[in-house]
Amino acid sequence: MASSSVTNAPSQAHVQFKDVQKSYDGKSLVVKNLNLDIQKGEFVTMLGPSGSGKTTTLMMLAGFETATHGEIFLKGTPINNTPPNKRGIGMVFQNYALFPHMTVNENLAFPLQVRGMDKATIEAKVVRALGMVSLSQFGARKPAQLSGGQQQRVAVARALVFEPDIVLMDEPLGALDKQLREQMQYEIKTLTKSLGVTVVYVTHDQAEALTMSDRIAVFNDGIIQQLSTPAELYEAPVNSFVAQFIGENNRLPGKVTKASNGVCHVALSDGSNVQALPINLAAGAAMTTLSIRPERVEVDPTSPEISNRVTGVVNDIIYLGDHLRARLTAGGSDNFVVKAPNRDGQRRLEKGQSVTLGWRTKDCRALDPL
Amino acid sequence: MTMVAEFAATAKAPAPTGPILAADGVPLDKKLAQVTRRARINAFLLVAPLLAFLLVFFVAPIFLMLRLSTGDTVVSTELPRTAAALRSWDQKALPDEPVYAALVADLKDARERQATGKIGAQINYVYSGARSLFVSAGRSAGSIDAPYKQALIDKDPLWGDPTLWVMIKTTSQTTSPINYLNAVDRTLGPTGAVAQVPEDQRIHVTIFIRTLWLSFIVTLLCMAFGYPVAYLLSHLPLRTSNLLMICVLLPFWTALLVRITAWIALLQNDGVVLSTAVALGIVDPANRPQLVYNLIGTLVAMVHVLMPSMILPLYSVMKTIPPTYVRAARSLGATSFTAFWRVYFPQTLPGIAAGGLLVFILSVGYYITPALLGGQSGVLISNFIELHVSKTLNWGLAAALAGLLLVAILILYWLFNKIVGIDRLKMG
Repeated sequence: MASSSVTNAPSQAHVQFKDVQKSYDGKSLVVKNLNLDIQKGEFVTMLGPSGSGKTTTLMMLAGFETATHGEIFLKGTPINNTPPNKRGIGMVFQNYALFPHMTVNENLAFPLQVRGMDKATIEAKVVRALGMVSLSQFGARKPAQLSGGQQQRVAVARALVFEPDIVLMDEPLGALDKQLREQMQYEIKTLTKSLGVTVVYVTHDQAEALTMSDRIAVFNDGIIQQLSTPAELYEAPVNSFVAQFIGENNRLPGKVTKASNGVCHVALSDGSNVQALPINLAAGAAMTTLSIRPERVEVDPTSPEISNRVTGVVNDIIYLGDHLRARLTAGGSDNFVVKAPNRDGQRRLEKGQSVTLGWRTKDCRALDPL
Repeated sequence: MTMVAEFAATAKAPAPTGPILAADGVPLDKKLAQVTRRARINAFLLVAPLLAFLLVFFVAPIFLMLRLSTGDTVVSTELPRTAAALRSWDQKALPDEPVYAALVADLKDARERQATGKIGAQINYVYSGARSLFVSAGRSAGSIDAPYKQALIDKDPLWGDPTLWVMIKTTSQTTSPINYLNAVDRTLGPTGAVAQVPEDQRIHVTIFIRTLWLSFIVTLLCMAFGYPVAYLLSHLPLRTSNLLMICVLLPFWTALLVRITAWIALLQNDGVVLSTAVALGIVDPANRPQLVYNLIGTLVAMVHVLMPSMILPLYSVMKTIPPTYVRAARSLGATSFTAFWRVYFPQTLPGIAAGGLLVFILSVGYYITPALLGGQSGVLISNFIELHVSKTLNWGLAAALAGLLLVAILILYWLFNKIVGIDRLKMG
């Protein structure tokens, strides 16, 4: 499990989905033509709303669902006909699935016992795994006697104790409160990185995905909408769904009037004209949705770089301490959100006020019309 | 400033040593009891009608019936002098003249009250021939002269049998073990020592063993057949499982007699089962096995009738086990059998225990099915209890048999609680 030597050629991914489709009822596809390569040691998150096919994809990889079409490869070997117990994949379930009739130690020993290891080895490995998640004193307890966070750690330890080189996690933190969830996000990430295991993680919580992942696959409607690093996903969404799903986003519907040199001119519905990066425009498409992050919008812009300017009227303001969140009517949207930092020299916005808003062309992306 | 002072005062107040007081100075536990009393009275009033009903029609009859097993007052009230005279008898030899004299005097009185038949019948339960003995002795009691002992023995040599006197003595006592002894095929010998009844009369122990053994087999068969059905029920999609559930429950809702009659129709000599077997050449038509009116018939019908009692608790337990446990076990490397045996099966144990206990207790007391289907070899202990209650009218013995059955079940229940724990039990 040493993370140092990656012997596989880069062309041979650790996990590979090739043209995978899945249908439950024979009428509709839950997963449509999935192609995904995951490298060894990578932390890949499948993110998407419920029903987007992410859990189905995970279950196909674990072996609990069979692909209707296509192949899944594990280290280059097709595993479609390999039963789950022969795949050597560790898995953490949504509600942990710790065996309630066994103690923590017995839970951890289970995967080692079914592999026919001898008693001494099992004991040593269990002790090590419990130490790994700092639960050494809890080995004799039953799962019901542990808190949610402790159960979560036991579940992680159990998925790792037999030293798989790939671990699947199906919304493992969903049942924890916010503070614990953030702590566990950090712990899981550190632990799996230090062990060098490949992690495929499923969540519908975008903040969790951004925090933990090397790469994120955004699922919607059975299709991977975008597969990229967290920063790229946030800053350069390729379509309206991704822009909307990851972080907060202002959507301005408009009409493309001119496109040239990697910049398009868009007429907004309130009559103002702005420039944007054409990202996802169908050929000859007249309608588009502009996407601008609220924190990239400036109030009373002064810099000459800020070439796009619109005027707006403040509808209401929410005071959030470190910043003010203002909702305006601007650029043809009555829900235009601006995050104004709370600092000296910044004009305090007031309800009913008329203000000038501006943004750089590179922060404004013309995506598919919604 | 005053607030600060007050705060300091409360903070410095010594920790209360006695009971904690409520704000009005009443101890907190009393206060709590006062406040909750009304709710408790209301709760009691709600259950009171049922409680009264149960006491009058369930608990009291059981106690009265069980009281019968330890002796009746017929002999001691009808033969008071004899009972008193026998109290000092050492049972080593035949009683002396005064006892016979007391008996004759008692019989004379009893004859006037026309009670000799009643006394005879009571003693006849434990000493056959006693009834006619007492009736004829009562008839001639007026004409018997001293010495009474010799006169009675001359009249009927049975009066010289020490066993008869042991029986008269034991039935005249307020508490006597004789019914319990009879219930386990024991009796009192001529010197009052416990002895086995003659071999051709030993039946109860055999029947007890048969009842427990049969119940055990029925329980095992119900488990073996019911477990897969319950598993299927809890794993099929809702629409299908509802349909299947109706199939399980339909016989449960059908009258017991109807089901038993159906089994007679199926299993009898020219019934569906044997005719089919003969037609298929499995069974020799000239030598058809007997499937009904014996132990086999009882067994088959009992397993069928009691199956829902096993399936329902099992189903309710299985329903609560999410499929992720088995999936987790599989992902951890277990084969499907290991996953079932080490992860799924242990979690269904409360259901198995509940269903097993239910089926076992129900089948130990089974009465109608063996009565109708059992024939000679399929008779169970309940049938004997019924026999003594309604045919021989030996209620004392019936009560003793029922008492032993009750004790056996309580012991089993206690064992079960020790091993499995009654709190882990889940009923439907």
